[in-house]
Amino acid sequence: MTDAVPPKGRGPLARREARLAWSLLAPTVAIVSAVVVLPLLAIFWISFKPVGLADLRPPAPVVRESLRGDGEDLRVQYRLRNSSQDIAISGVTITDTLPPGLTVREADDRCEVSDGTILCDLGDLEAGGRDEIEIFVSTEDDPDALGEEAEASAPDVTGRAPNILTNAEFTLENFARIFDGDEFWGVLGVTLFYATVGTIGALVVGLFAAMLLDRSFRGQGILRGLYLFPYVAPVIAVAFTWVILFDPFSGSANALLLRMGVTENAINFFGDRPLALIMVTVFEIWRYFPLSFLFILARMQSIPEDMYEAADMDGASPFQKFWFLSLPQLLGILSVLFLLRFIWTFNKFDDIFLLTGGNAGTRTLTVNVYEQAFAVSNIGAGAAVAVVIFGCLLLFSVFFFKVLSREEGL
Amino acid sequence: MSALRYGYVTAAILGLLWTFTVAVTVAVAMSFLTGAAFQPSMLLSGLAGALAGAACLWGRAGAGIAAFGLLALGVIGLGPVQTGEVGLLSLVIGHALAASATVAGLDGFLRKLPSGRLTRHEFEDAVIRFLTGFGYVFFTAIVAIPFYVMVMTSLKNQQQLVQNPLDFSIDLSRGWHLFDSYVELLTVFNFGSYLWTSFYVAVLTVLLTLAFSIPGAYAVARMRFRGAAVFSRSILLIYMVPMIVLALPIYIGYSMVGLRNSILGIVLIYPVTTIPVALYMLQGYFRGLPAEVEEAGLMDGLSRLAVIWKITLPLSLPALASVSLYVFMIAWNEFLLAFMLLDDPSKFTLTRGIASLNSSEIPRQHLMAGSVIATVPIMAIFLGLERFMTRGLTAGSVKG
Repeated sequence: MTDAVPPKGRGPLARREARLAWSLLAPTVAIVSAVVVLPLLAIFWISFKPVGLADLRPPAPVVRESLRGDGEDLRVQYRLRNSSQDIAISGVTITDTLPPGLTVREADDRCEVSDGTILCDLGDLEAGGRDEIEIFVSTEDDPDALGEEAEASAPDVTGRAPNILTNAEFTLENFARIFDGDEFWGVLGVTLFYATVGTIGALVVGLFAAMLLDRSFRGQGILRGLYLFPYVAPVIAVAFTWVILFDPFSGSANALLLRMGVTENAINFFGDRPLALIMVTVFEIWRYFPLSFLFILARMQSIPEDMYEAADMDGASPFQKFWFLSLPQLLGILSVLFLLRFIWTFNKFDDIFLLTGGNAGTRTLTVNVYEQAFAVSNIGAGAAVAVVIFGCLLLFSVFFFKVLSREEGL
Repeated sequence: MSALRYGYVTAAILGLLWTFTVAVTVAVAMSFLTGAAFQPSMLLSGLAGALAGAACLWGRAGAGIAAFGLLALGVIGLGPVQTGEVGLLSLVIGHALAASATVAGLDGFLRKLPSGRLTRHEFEDAVIRFLTGFGYVFFTAIVAIPFYVMVMTSLKNQQQLVQNPLDFSIDLSRGWHLFDSYVELLTVFNFGSYLWTSFYVAVLTVLLTLAFSIPGAYAVARMRFRGAAVFSRSILLIYMVPMIVLALPIYIGYSMVGLRNSILGIVLIYPVTTIPVALYMLQGYFRGLPAEVEEAGLMDGLSRLAVIWKITLPLSLPALASVSLYVFMIAWNEFLLAFMLLDDPSKFTLTRGIASLNSSEIPRQHLMAGSVIATVPIMAIFLGLERFMTRGLTAGSVKG
């Protein structure tokens, strides 16, 4: 009789389970990698390339076909031009089928004609160059109808041009450009101020709001719903409301301050240098305090009541109870919230873009991506900024996972 | 600190702070309601408030005297709220409001407070009651004012807006013309079709997100396979990649493939931004379900997929509702991708449509009317299903 041995390795059941698990995950993995991982790789690739916005459309021959003249002079005409002003296209060919009813009399000597199919080899087309091919034809039908028919079917054109996105030309210029000068450090400083103050502010305000609602009274549900409004409303709606409310010429906030005598002249809230950054940070706090308030409230309501009763027995005052009981209990959720919100605020784009467009000293890294790529039309530099952001994100997430593994509550 | 802990001192300081709070609130509220000149006076409200606070220590009688005193001071022009050219009715209402709110608040804060030395408990309780009152006023103001301004601006016309930016009263004599901006948006600016586009894009996003994330979340939560832990971490990591970093290559890719300016492109990309969130929320919920129920199903001969379909999904309907709501909200509010990828006005979503209203040629009541059109549906859904929403938000999303 042999000894019973515990099974080694993975049994068939475990393997089957793993197979099923992966097949359940496969669609998600596929789509997420297609839209997240591929673009990330693309960003790294592009950041080393000298690409402008105009290079996105690779140079191609553009052709126009028309039927011209009449009688003896009737001819099909192809007009070509190079869409790019800087790059030549090589190996340009045109393939087209003439509408039935047209008979070819005499073709351009660069073309071959067989069974009403035309194949023309035009060789190279220089940058900004034009070319023309004429094929004389005769017909017994109505030339106008045939002309329309000919124009309706677009000819096939091919041509090779070097594509800046796929060739082997690399450069470090994008990185040199974005790290050049004081601008980058200014942008980084603004981003860090915005992220740090915005996050801490939202946490503190959220903590205050949570303490207000951590008691049951009539209308508590309504107030809680009301306090979540800034977070739920579309960012574009609330951002424009703030812009209009704080408009320097006709905004209500300025009218109010002027009338109350707080200020002599209208204040340009989103246009003056230190003030604009403070205002976008205040907006960030205003918009995201509901989120921290929700999480803190959920945690507060799970603190056991008997701890407070014990503290009451020992004669702790209300502030002492807050400082020595509630706060330590909330520290876990507060630190997780801080890290997550910090990362998210660091990544925030829409809010500042809509409020100031990155002007008046409010340009953060994310806004800089947009500015470089679309305002300056330098996609490569934009991608380089994006790579820098991604680097920062990796750095933060290392911290985050360290804290999270201790604080697995969230 | 110990000098503070005398009944009179505490009462006077809280009275001063509270009266000033009320004065500012009433002045702002009355200005917005009537457009007339109301302004708080720091000095006078401080003086009157300190006296009123002290008076409130004397129980109901003291509070009554304080209320009448404040009202009288207000009407003769020495109260916490100063008035300029104001109609008689709003003048009386304003001062009555200020006086009653001040005294009602102070009476609540200082009830049963002795006038002599206070214990630590009595002092801190009074301060906390003041902070609570202040908190309600503060939060309600900062949340309500922007939305009030949004709605009221959309009901005005250009001339009224320039004339007095503070006047948010509604001119009821204009009748249906109050809604001129909305009518113009829906007819001339095609907002009806934008609403519809936004709606079906959001619904499709919800359906696609659920279709992908339910199996994925189940696998991560329930099944044992190598790499499960790494996988659930990488979900969180992906969920933190900023959209702007992805938007750039997506823009380039879409330009090349010709998916820019198409609803198909938008519907393809939105679910991907929401799948990580949904996966994260759902796997948390699935982990919380008792595994025994599912094991019983397996023992009775159901396959894994049948277990998901017949046991897990019916049990997690509340979580599915929260996730759907949350995903709907993200898709409805999404701005960046719509802004970058859509240029053709016939294919705009609502947020993209509003962005196109932001030009100097279009009056701003239109901009605000557009904002209201975008905000009201999501608010209505949110308030109707607030319970699900709150739970969904706390179930694992700090994104925004």
